[in-house]
Amino acid sequence: MSDLSIFDLNPAAGAKPESPLAMTRVTVATVASAANAGVVVREHAFLGHLILRGRASDPAFCAGVEQALGLPLPLKMGPLSRDEARGVSLQWMSPDEWLVIVPAGSEFATEKRLREALTGHYAVMNVSGGQTVLELSGPAVREVLMKCTPYDVHPGHFPVGKAVSSVFAKSTAIIRRVAEDRWELVIRRSFADYLFRWVLDASEEFGVHVVQ
Amino acid sequence: MLHIYCPYCEEYREEEEFRPKGEAHIARPAEPEATSDEAWGDYLFFRKNPRGLHHEQWYHAAGCRKFFNATRDTVSYQILETYKAGQQPTVSAAASGKKVAK
Ligand SMILES: [Zn+2]
Repeated sequence: MSDLSIFDLNPAAGAKPESPLAMTRVTVATVASAANAGVVVREHAFLGHLILRGRASDPAFCAGVEQALGLPLPLKMGPLSRDEARGVSLQWMSPDEWLVIVPAGSEFATEKRLREALTGHYAVMNVSGGQTVLELSGPAVREVLMKCTPYDVHPGHFPVGKAVSSVFAKSTAIIRRVAEDRWELVIRRSFADYLFRWVLDASEEFGVHVVQ
Repeated sequence: MLHIYCPYCEEYREEEEFRPKGEAHIARPAEPEATSDEAWGDYLFFRKNPRGLHHEQWYHAAGCRKFFNATRDTVSYQILETYKAGQQPTVSAAASGKKVAK
């Protein structure tokens, strides 16, 4: 436990939160029902995003993270640690950096649990306000992704459970395959409007449904 | 497009994900105060521009955001190896018998 002063970044009740897509208007033709759509786009707003830094070579650090999050710490690029039922995931971002995503409102408690479990040289930063998650599902998602990123999204190269950071629509995004036909994009706040509209435009030809 | 192996991501990625960052293995003078203006100027501004093998830094901008090194043939653009920052190249002009013009 460090002696840093920390505080809950979420405002007290009464303040209305707004997702990075609050001002975005859908301008492409959409299909009315998800059942007929090639791509279903849904934002998971207000999730808790934490950046964790530390030494992967330190067994105490790895054990502390696993104790705090109940998930193994991925030690290489690719495999995503994820507990769908609890809504918690842990992704390798670089050799000393991980992205933790937790359900909305639980980020401060998660940060405190990490700080209690970890000692020595590490850092936890709440970046929830800086990014958001887009979920893409449906039979045509892979074709849409092929229009957006140079990364190889073929099932042989991108199995379920893989997570990478790459170029996306001339910007960058974290691309995660969470199920056979379900993918997640973790995108930056300042690019959210652009990337959301890019994804809708790229999806229009396959029939796109936006979950409101 | 080049396919570049990131030694941290341990995977080949598209060139688009990377940024070249110039000559590698440039040591900062240990005592800047005691370094002559000429030596300091060489350190700051002067870079090799060889025709042939070149050890250079690359940055995985859209991926892990780490700097690493590559040995690249500036004539053919072939990347002969990539290795982590702090490591030494295993392919050099002397070892490969290639002529490197200054
Ligand atoms: Zn990398």
